Amino acid sequence: MYQTTYHRASSVDEAASLFGKGSEAKYLSGGQTLLPVMKQRLASPSDVIDLAKIKELIGVEAAGDTLTIKAATPHYDVATSAAAKQAIPALAYLASLIGDPAVRYRGTIGGSLANNDPAADYPAATLALGATIKTNKRTIGADDYFKGLFTTALEDGEIITAVSFPVPAKAGYAKFPHPASRFALTGVFVAKTKSGDVRVAVTGASQSGVMRVAALENALKANWSASAVDSVSIPSSGLLSDLHGSSDYRANLIKVMAGRAVTAAG
Amino acid sequence: MGVEGIGASVVRKEDKRFITGKGRYVDDIKLPGMTYAHFIRSPHAHAKVKGIDSSAALKIPGVVAVLTGKEIVDDKVGNLICGWAITSKDGSPMKMGAWPAMAPETVRFVGQAVAVVIAETKNLARDAAEAVVVNYEELPAVADVTSAIKAGAPQLHPEAPGNQVYDWVIGDEAATSAAFAKAANVVKLDLTNNRLAPNPMEPRSAIADYDTAEEHYTLYTTSQNPHVARLVLSAFYNIAPEHKLRVIAPDVGGGFGSKIYIYPEEMVALWASKKTGRPVKWTGDRTEAFLTDAHGRDHVTHAEMAFDASNKIVGLKVKTYANFGAYMSLFSSAVPTYLYATLLSGQYVIPAIHAEVIGVYTNTTPVDAYRGAGRPEASYLLERMMETAARQLKVDPAALRKANFITQFPYQTPVIMAYDVGDFNASLDAAMKAIDYAGFAGRKAQAKAAGKLRGIGVSCYIEACGIAPSKAVGSLGAGVGLWESAEVRVNPVGTIEILTGSHSHGQGHETTFCQLVAERLGVPISQVSIVHGDTDKVQFGMGTYGSRSAAVGLTAILKAMEKMEAKAKKIAAHALEASEADIVIENGEFKVTGTDKAIALPMVALAAYTAHNLPDGMEPGLKESAFYDPTNFTFPAGAYICELEVDPGTGKTSFVNFVAADDFGRLINPMIVEGQVHGGLAQGIGQALLEHAVYDSNAQPITASFMDYTMPRADDLPSFKLSHTTTLCPGNPLGIKGCGEAGAIGASAAVINAITDAIGKNNLEMPATPDRVWRTIHSA
Repeated sequence: MYQTTYHRASSVDEAASLFGKGSEAKYLSGGQTLLPVMKQRLASPSDVIDLAKIKELIGVEAAGDTLTIKAATPHYDVATSAAAKQAIPALAYLASLIGDPAVRYRGTIGGSLANNDPAADYPAATLALGATIKTNKRTIGADDYFKGLFTTALEDGEIITAVSFPVPAKAGYAKFPHPASRFALTGVFVAKTKSGDVRVAVTGASQSGVMRVAALENALKANWSASAVDSVSIPSSGLLSDLHGSSDYRANLIKVMAGRAVTAAG
Repeated sequence: MGVEGIGASVVRKEDKRFITGKGRYVDDIKLPGMTYAHFIRSPHAHAKVKGIDSSAALKIPGVVAVLTGKEIVDDKVGNLICGWAITSKDGSPMKMGAWPAMAPETVRFVGQAVAVVIAETKNLARDAAEAVVVNYEELPAVADVTSAIKAGAPQLHPEAPGNQVYDWVIGDEAATSAAFAKAANVVKLDLTNNRLAPNPMEPRSAIADYDTAEEHYTLYTTSQNPHVARLVLSAFYNIAPEHKLRVIAPDVGGGFGSKIYIYPEEMVALWASKKTGRPVKWTGDRTEAFLTDAHGRDHVTHAEMAFDASNKIVGLKVKTYANFGAYMSLFSSAVPTYLYATLLSGQYVIPAIHAEVIGVYTNTTPVDAYRGAGRPEASYLLERMMETAARQLKVDPAALRKANFITQFPYQTPVIMAYDVGDFNASLDAAMKAIDYAGFAGRKAQAKAAGKLRGIGVSCYIEACGIAPSKAVGSLGAGVGLWESAEVRVNPVGTIEILTGSHSHGQGHETTFCQLVAERLGVPISQVSIVHGDTDKVQFGMGTYGSRSAAVGLTAILKAMEKMEAKAKKIAAHALEASEADIVIENGEFKVTGTDKAIALPMVALAAYTAHNLPDGMEPGLKESAFYDPTNFTFPAGAYICELEVDPGTGKTSFVNFVAADDFGRLINPMIVEGQVHGGLAQGIGQALLEHAVYDSNAQPITASFMDYTMPRADDLPSFKLSHTTTLCPGNPLGIKGCGEAGAIGASAAVINAITDAIGKNNLEMPATPDRVWRTIHSA
């Protein structure tokens, strides 16, 4: 690790102010990506501003038809939150699948969404549920937020403060883990909104990061059942291909996992 | 057996310090004035080193030195050696290129060191390494044997034209051809045995400390065999004479073979310590472990097995290309020859065998012994072959094996090994019963109804362990003898220290070796301590690998114990005024048999050291030593059966059951044996399903972290059902065969046989990743 200056912010405003003062500052949330990258000397921020202890950034709340998860809430808290399990059980289940216990005690939803790893779990739920990302400056709809691999609509220095999920009529997540990293080799989140719309988001598979799959959405809108995906054709073009999953294998997994996610959703 | 004697599952004495963080590993040691080394490693698989500019690095405060490959060669530090000479079929010696500890001119694999920075802190050394500019001229590179042997392939060493180290044969080619000529059926199989990275939990580490006044070196290192390290460093690498070099291997966190070898980093640390006059520490990180710890396996094989009309095996032909990587590691040459092809008879009567092994250089990390070392490759070949044959001949795979089992012992195979004892039917019967082999068809049908493909796979392995008779291995080209030594010291107050040349790096010697003493003397194991891993304490030893420490190391302790006991009985008889022949040892006492006269061990010990009243002419003290050289290898064997399900949608494999019936001879501590089998099975299953060290076509490693290299984890593994069928080894007095490698040797074929049974297709290579299995299911 290169030398850096660590700051523990006590409020979002303080964090933003510290960020502005650093020459090449980075926000630190759970540190599950940033710290390993720094240890490998692949990142050398001048200042590291820790958001994880800011009280206003921690907590899970259900109000009406919305479940709000504050940005620095660790995955473990979401996985075990009574409010999350009651409102969107598929989301709590997704959180329970992230990494391993050590990762889940530290990693946060805000960190995951800000990093936007193409194989992370949360982006699939965020996009499929049509969540709203709240920052210290504005709100951003999920459809406008994800911009490709490790790229988001966030501006320099902008801090995610919370993510609001509309409670769906039905939702399910099915993940096929990468054998080594346990990220999603392919993960599919399916959601049927209370207004009857269907949204399907896939993580881990695409060269462009999390993506919606219109063909699956149309098939499931016509017939909400696992067998409805059988007739859908998923092209392998544009999909990731690596040691653990070729693009045609991932195309197959998108269909198989979509069907299983629908079964899980009920 | 007493509560702590042979056969008791005594809780491990050493675990208290390991699980409370009190273990003392090399990296835990800090010496006054210690500096830190960071190696500058090649990012290229093959390149000329055109120049190294360290001027900027040397200006950084706290940088002690930047040393290069040219300097270590100029200082006449020896090149790394390969300690087992193999002769090609044309009579020529193996062809090897030089391997300097740091590359002066040419790098031949990614991760090969070209220079080292010595600095006051680890971080400073790393900073300075980034300031060193190395100018490389890239050369074409090759990673796999199939490409490396082609005409026009990039050439690694001028000494080895065509990248060929040797072309070695074993067995009777004419007899084998004749057997094939009259065979009723011939079964053919092409196999790849995937390359593995050993990944012990503790990365390699070394501290070298040169004493300028005494001209004496101390090396703390992560070694499975510190005496061999000292011997090689002294005799071949010109570091120092043996009496001026102390090698200490303290607690070592796993080895699996990868810590047998003397690596460049240890040589450089010793050399740099003298050059700088400071202690030098190097601890590898996980990436360095992936890049520089000797890898395992990596064979490409074509095999054919011939059967007569009654399905008896009549012959076996094998041709294997073994990937050695860029340099010949210490015992690499022996692994695909004498540790592999000599096991190609397996558990079967095979009247004629002929095997050819071609050793090949590639621009990859050097390959050497890894848990099982050659024997997993042989076992995988034979057991895939038996399963393939059973399918082709349309007979039950277990029945085909039974029809061909060796049942008469001793049995001389056509490939050197002479099996002393075994009962292969007993192991297979036990495994078949444990898994309800007869009921499998019903379970398969039930699984099918649930949409799952269920399969069952058998693997009957045999291995040659307890290596080995020194005379035998010497005649086969080994540069060392493979005996073991021991010393028993009874202290004046009756406590006992056992000094052993074996080295424990997870095996539990501090418990099992004490159990022998408890068994013989009837003293609690708390009164016994095991001393190992220090060349200043133990005179010599060959170390721990090849499942040899119980069969060879413990037998050496037994021999020393017998000498000590004989002297102690004389002292006891003298004190009790009885005949020496009437003295028996029970519960820590020397008793006159048939009387109530007795003297406790501490009193005998005290008498030995006070020497006030010893028999006439007897030397004081109670300390004996022994060297033990076995008369044969030992032959652990067993049967593993795996039952699993494949998800046809994803190709994912899920275990239903895994049973192991092993014959290890006598067990010292069944709990520790169980742990050894679990660990071995995890690595065998890891090879079958998960692990693969992969290079791209430019020989760049693409699995150099746990994000890409799949280590087996608890949830990847089933709950194993273990059992034992025992035939005592006649080759050593304790009847021990060894248990350290069996799981890794036998498991992978059972898994692959089960998957290919489930999916009904045989063309599946390891690791059987979900992608590969899915692709095979859907292949034409």
